[in-house]
Amino acid sequence: MTKARDDFTLLWLQAGSCGGCTMATLERGAAGWFEELRGFGIRLLWHPSVSEETGEEARAILARVERGETRLGALCIEGSILHGPEGTGLFNKLSGTGRSMLDWARALAPRAQYCVAVGSCASFGGVPAGAPDPTDASGLQYSGVDMGGALGPDYRSVKGLPVVNVSGCAPHPGWIMETLLALSLGRFTRADMDDYGRPRIFADHLAHHGCSRNEFYEFKASAEEFSERGCLMEHLGCKATQAVGDCNQRAWNGGGSCTQAGSTCIACTSPGFEATRGVHRTPKIGGIPVGLPLDMPKAWFVALAALSKSATPKRVRENARSDRIARGPTPGAEKKPGGEKKT
Amino acid sequence: MSRIVIGPFNRVEGDLEVTLDVENGIVREARVSASLYRGFEQLLLGRPAGDALAIAPRICGICSVSQSLAAAAVLRAAQPIAPAPNGLIATNIAHAAENIADHLTHFYVFFMPDFARAAYAGRPWHEATEARFKAVSGAALREALPARARLLETMGLIAGKWPHSLAFRPGGVTRALALGDEMRLLALIADFRAFLERALFSAPLDAVIGLASARELDRFVEGAGAAGDFATFIRIARDLGLEEMGPGPGLLLTAGAYLGPEGHRFPAGLLDCATALLREPPLSRVEEDVSHAYMRDTAADPARAETLPDMRREGAYSFAKAPRLEGRAVEVGALARQAVAGHPLIRDLLARRGASNVFARIVARVLEIALLTRAMEDWTRALAPREPYCVADAPLADGPFVGFVEAARGTLGHWATFRDGQIERYQIIAPTTWNFSPRDAAGNPGPLEQALAGLAVGEEGATNVAVQHIVRSFDPCMVCTAH
Ligand code: SF4
Ligand code: SF4
Repeated sequence: MTKARDDFTLLWLQAGSCGGCTMATLERGAAGWFEELRGFGIRLLWHPSVSEETGEEARAILARVERGETRLGALCIEGSILHGPEGTGLFNKLSGTGRSMLDWARALAPRAQYCVAVGSCASFGGVPAGAPDPTDASGLQYSGVDMGGALGPDYRSVKGLPVVNVSGCAPHPGWIMETLLALSLGRFTRADMDDYGRPRIFADHLAHHGCSRNEFYEFKASAEEFSERGCLMEHLGCKATQAVGDCNQRAWNGGGSCTQAGSTCIACTSPGFEATRGVHRTPKIGGIPVGLPLDMPKAWFVALAALSKSATPKRVRENARSDRIARGPTPGAEKKPGGEKKT
Repeated sequence: MSRIVIGPFNRVEGDLEVTLDVENGIVREARVSASLYRGFEQLLLGRPAGDALAIAPRICGICSVSQSLAAAAVLRAAQPIAPAPNGLIATNIAHAAENIADHLTHFYVFFMPDFARAAYAGRPWHEATEARFKAVSGAALREALPARARLLETMGLIAGKWPHSLAFRPGGVTRALALGDEMRLLALIADFRAFLERALFSAPLDAVIGLASARELDRFVEGAGAAGDFATFIRIARDLGLEEMGPGPGLLLTAGAYLGPEGHRFPAGLLDCATALLREPPLSRVEEDVSHAYMRDTAADPARAETLPDMRREGAYSFAKAPRLEGRAVEVGALARQAVAGHPLIRDLLARRGASNVFARIVARVLEIALLTRAMEDWTRALAPREPYCVADAPLADGPFVGFVEAARGTLGHWATFRDGQIERYQIIAPTTWNFSPRDAAGNPGPLEQALAGLAVGEEGATNVAVQHIVRSFDPCMVCTAH
């Protein structure tokens, strides 16, 4: 008989969420999410959308975790923590318990070996925290860019980590699962998180890296209307040069990405992304976009943009303003200088 | 009389609490409560109108495309543009994919696992059902989840990502599909169809779509489709009498689904189940009642209403308002869409009981999976190469406008007032707001509250599994409800 393994347990709760992080997670795994969890010895204690236990049975599971009778590997919370009205948290009670999710998060987080904020809501407050912030929403350990949130800046999980912020709205299923798997194997450390507590699994990249519009970006050949193929930064509000994420290096839903679909990056992995007004317009001063690539000096950007615009090949200029490739790379253009033209 | 509170109510989307007053083993009254409020209507105020396309979908991660499309519809109502036909078609393909994914998730992840519960241990079908459908561990999930993921690749192609895509515009979609994309779409729909014809139906889609009566359904279940998961459900439903369970309020509403260049694929209508009378829905006569909601009094007309919470309100028990049509509670969802569209099987199921019920709701949803998968193929073939996918926005007119779409769970309406390109008012009524509304000022319960009243729960009280079946038969989405 094989010895029962020391399971890594997972408890997933939804606070002020839209449920989208769960929906994204369900896309994960060649044989489905549950198989992947099983394969890694991760035992799902309870998840509101997928578990059998309801009402009283579910409350009993939570009570055992709260009392410390059930060991808790990872506490995953999806959704903003709502503090309102007036600090009571009553805009979001965990139904059947009479207690707010604010209260539950504070009661359970200290029991968890790791605490994971799934999505930008649980990480930083997310859309519900946008002005006028009707519910006084925050993340678990951040409120926008500021440390604090529901658990306070000093919170550390049993294993000594701050809250792991798998931000994104919704995050890529891979970001969520690769983080959880690494945690379950004990291979995820403080060094694997960036300054906002985001896993470097995705936060080491900008969403712009690998965008299928990079050639247009290089020549500042820009789309002006939606569904055109040019770069979306100059006119249509693309913030991918300022947002972390490997969005254009891995497939979303089998091969997509926001910018691939022409719908611009709204920096959904960043704290405070919800504050942007006019998400589909690029704010400019003197014709220069206000939000420039994260670590690029403005003067350089302006000089390079002017230079590259003057050098834009006809093919690139035309395609940028078309809704499909108007002109493919032509054999003539590929011809090496001095080479013979094939017939 | 004893009062039982059920919560957290799981395997629904979002936060739901159900309170039952039980007397002599019978539910006398039910109260249905949405226990989450995030304030999306306030979050939208004062923003540039186009931001609704980024904010509104984030109400719900399970039907975000529907929320996007309702926002696009109300923006479109305020401007003189005709959307690109290709854009409408591509939108319908993506919307159908989301709605099918919802129906599929509901069937496999939310609804069927209740039949695998220990409460049914004595039934002859229990052992097999447990192996196939048990929550988290059932064998069916190993097939259904990958099939769902494959279906959602539609979103990668058309909308970049899901949930929360930004690709849907008043004038179409932000990505024009090329020939290769069309072929990829056809290939993934074919894969998904193969899963349906193998696992869910164990029969060709056309055989399911063509079912014209309850008798034909019975024959299908014993014959051609016997090995499918759908047949398993039908057999269990017959054994447990799900057709007698959870009658709705008797009025079925749909605002019309899948707007194409030639109008709606499934038309708008209001059907009276008892008389089978069908008419145009009086959508201008929607009112919101807040007598039992944690909300301040405001205009009843959603075009002029506000949403301001008030936790101290006397008699309130839910964050959901109570929408009423001509003063009456109505049921929305796949059953309403297919009943109004006149699908003969659905009409027959309704005629047998003179009311909606748990069984008919599930059958309608599963039938829609078949209908929409076929429609996705037709739509993909109807895309016109070289034609545009998006028409640019025109300046918005000032004033109040409304946009309706059908989410998986039913009619979704966005009422907005624009002024100088900004949002001055915004009100949303979601499908589950209709189905799970609390009482109104006249004391009339919402549809689920009615559906639970009269249920015999016996000694088990709250643990009676029938409560679970009735609640889940509506496939509630509480995050949409109060939003
Ligand atoms: S569209 Fe955005 S992500 Fe793509 S190249 Fe342009 S700036 Fe970068
Ligand atoms: S591209 Fe931008 S908006 Fe899209 S998922 Fe990535 S970070 Fe979020």
